[in-house]
Amino acid sequence: MISIGIDVGSVAAKAAAYDGEKIIATALLPTGWSPRESGEQLLKEIMGDLNITRDDISTIVGTGYGRVSLSFIDKKVTEITCHGRGAHYIDPNIRTVIDIGGQDSKLIKLNDKGTVIDFLMNDKCAAGTGRFLQVMANALEVGVGDLSELASGTEPANINSMCTVFAESEVVSLMAEGASKEAIASGLLHSVCNKTYSLASRMGVEDKVFFSGGVSKNKKLGQLLSNKLGAEIISSNESQFLGAIGAAIIGYK
Amino acid sequence: MRPEIMEEVEALRGVNSVKIKEAHEAGKKVVGMYCVFSPQEIALAADAISVTLCGTAQAPIEDAEKELPRNLCPLIKSSYGFAITDKCPYFYFSDVLLAETTCDGKKKMYELMGKIKPMHIMNLPQTAEGNDALEMWKNEMIKFKSFLEEKFGVEITDEKLKDAIKLMNRERSAMRRLHKLNAHKPAPLTGVDMMLAQWLKGFNVDKEAGIELIERLISEVEERMENGIYAFDENAPRILLTGCPIGSGSEKVLKVLEESGASVVALENCTGYKGLDVLVDESKDPITALAEKYLSTPCSCMTNNNGRLDLIKRLAEEYEIDGVVDLTWQACHTYNIESFTVRNFVKDELNLPFIQIETDYSDSDVGQIKVRVEAFLETIGSTVTA
Ligand code: SF4
Ligand code: SF4
Repeated sequence: MISIGIDVGSVAAKAAAYDGEKIIATALLPTGWSPRESGEQLLKEIMGDLNITRDDISTIVGTGYGRVSLSFIDKKVTEITCHGRGAHYIDPNIRTVIDIGGQDSKLIKLNDKGTVIDFLMNDKCAAGTGRFLQVMANALEVGVGDLSELASGTEPANINSMCTVFAESEVVSLMAEGASKEAIASGLLHSVCNKTYSLASRMGVEDKVFFSGGVSKNKKLGQLLSNKLGAEIISSNESQFLGAIGAAIIGYK
Repeated sequence: MRPEIMEEVEALRGVNSVKIKEAHEAGKKVVGMYCVFSPQEIALAADAISVTLCGTAQAPIEDAEKELPRNLCPLIKSSYGFAITDKCPYFYFSDVLLAETTCDGKKKMYELMGKIKPMHIMNLPQTAEGNDALEMWKNEMIKFKSFLEEKFGVEITDEKLKDAIKLMNRERSAMRRLHKLNAHKPAPLTGVDMMLAQWLKGFNVDKEAGIELIERLISEVEERMENGIYAFDENAPRILLTGCPIGSGSEKVLKVLEESGASVVALENCTGYKGLDVLVDESKDPITALAEKYLSTPCSCMTNNNGRLDLIKRLAEEYEIDGVVDLTWQACHTYNIESFTVRNFVKDELNLPFIQIETDYSDSDVGQIKVRVEAFLETIGSTVTA
C-alpha cells in the first residue's frame, strides 16, 4: 500500500507518496485561491504519475495551514510534527530543524526516532523571517535571491534593529551614509543569523541541523548559522517537500 | 453535557451587578481590588463588599491606549480602560480601591487610576523571605485597616477580622474542593468551566450564597462522576496551565487547548488555584495570620519565586499532568523572564513537555496559537505512546 502526504502552505501545495521504504513521488502546485482544489488537484497528479487509483492508497495525511480545508484526508497533523518526521527521513542523524519561511521561523528538536521533543516558533513578529529579508532586499533594490551572493566576501555593516520597520530605516540611512550594498546585505544576514541563534540557544542545538524553508536557499546564511551554532548544517532540494514527506510517512502503517 | 449548575454560576456576573447596585443604594460600602495579594478579609471586617476588578476583556483596551503605552500588558490596559470608561458596574460602584505595588506596569498605572477614585496602595515587599518582609507586610495590613476605618467610619475589631477570616477560609476550601475534583482521571469539569467558577467568585456580593452555590456544584459534579459522566475521556492529554491570570474574555489559550482535545485540569495561575493553596491560620493573631497568608503567594513579582516551582511540582503529581503550558501576556516582564526558569524546571526536574505561549487578549493570532498547541499535543501524544 501507499500513503500520501499533502502539505498545503500559504504559497504552495506539496504532495509526497511513500511506499513503506522510500518516497516514490512528489508533486507541487501553487496554492492559489482554493487550498481545497489545489489539494485535490495534487492528489490527482500524484496518482497519475504513479499510475495508481484511490484504492491503492491506504492513508492520506494533510498538513500545513490549509489542512483544515481538505475534506478527503484521513488525518490532520501539524506541520511541526511532519517537518520533524520528514527531516528524519532525509537523514536520521538530524536532531534539530531550523525552518525559516516567509511568515514565521520555527525550531524543532528531534529524538533518534524523528519524534518532536520540543519546538519554538517566533511570535507575532517578522523579525528573522523571509518577510524581513524581502523588505530589506526591496530597500536595497536587489532581489531577495541576490542577497546571499552580495553578502559573500564583505565585512558586515552593523544593523542593530531586529524590528522590520526600524531595520528598514536603518538600511536606508546606511545607504545614505555611503555603505555598500554588499556590506548591508551581509549585515542583514548576520542579523537574521543572530536572531535565529538566540531562538536556537533557548532549546540547545546538537549534532546535525537541517535548514529548511524558503530562506534556506540563502547559502551564505547557512554558512553563518553553521559557524555560529558550531554545528553541521544540511540543506536539500527536497527541503520544500519536508512537510509532505513527513505526512506521508506518518500516515503509513 | 455540562453540569446544570454551571448555568447558575455563569449567571452570577449579571446577578451580582444588580446586587451590587442594590447594596450600594442601601448604603453598603464597596472595595474594589486587583490582585490575589489583596486581603479581602479586612474589607469584609469593615462590613464592606469586596470585588475583583482585574480587567480580562479586550473591549476597553482601545480607550486605555489613549493614555497608556500600547506596549503594555493587556491586563493592565484592560483594567485601566474599564476605569476610565465606566463600562464596568463593579468599578462604578466601588467606593475605594485597593492596589499593591506588584509589577512596574500595575504600579505606575495605579498612580493614574488613583486620580479617578480614592485608592489605597499597599507596599508589597519584593520578597517573601525573612522577618523584615513579614513585619513590613504586617504593617501594611494595619495601614489598610486604618484606611478603611477612617474612610468608612467603622471600627475593625479582631473579632470581626476573625469572622471574616473564617468566612474566606470557607470560601477557599470550597473552591479548593471544586478544583481538586479535576485531579480525577478523566476530569469531570472542563478547564473553561473551572476557570469561570473560580473567576466569578470575585464578583460575589453575598459570600455565603456564593459558597452555597459552589457546594451545590460540587455535589452535582460528584453525582455525575458516580454515574461516569466526565468532561473528557481517559485519553485526553492532561494539562497544567500556569502563568499570567486569565478570566472571561481572556481565556483564548485555555479555549484553544480544550478545542484541540486537551483537558486542562489544573489552573496554577492566581485566578485559579494559587490563592487557594494556603488558608489563613485561624489560631493566630488575625493581622499576623493575614500577613503570612498573603505574603506566601507565589507570584512572579516576588524574588525569588521558588514557591511557584514547588506548587507546579505538587500539582503536576496530584493531577497526573502530561504537559505544562505557560501563558505570558505580552509585555509582562516578570512572567516572561520567569518562563525560562519554569521551562527548565518542568523539562529537567519533572520530565514533562513544556510550552510557553506569549500573546494578548486579541484574536489576531488564534490561528498561529492553534498550530502551536496542536503540535504540542502531538508531542505529548508521541512521547506517551513511544
Ligand atoms: S499575577 Fe501576581 S501581580 Fe498579577 S494579579 Fe496575580 S498575584 Fe497579582
Ligand atoms: S500579567 Fe504581568 S505585567 Fe500584567 S499585571 Fe500581571 S504581573 Fe503585571
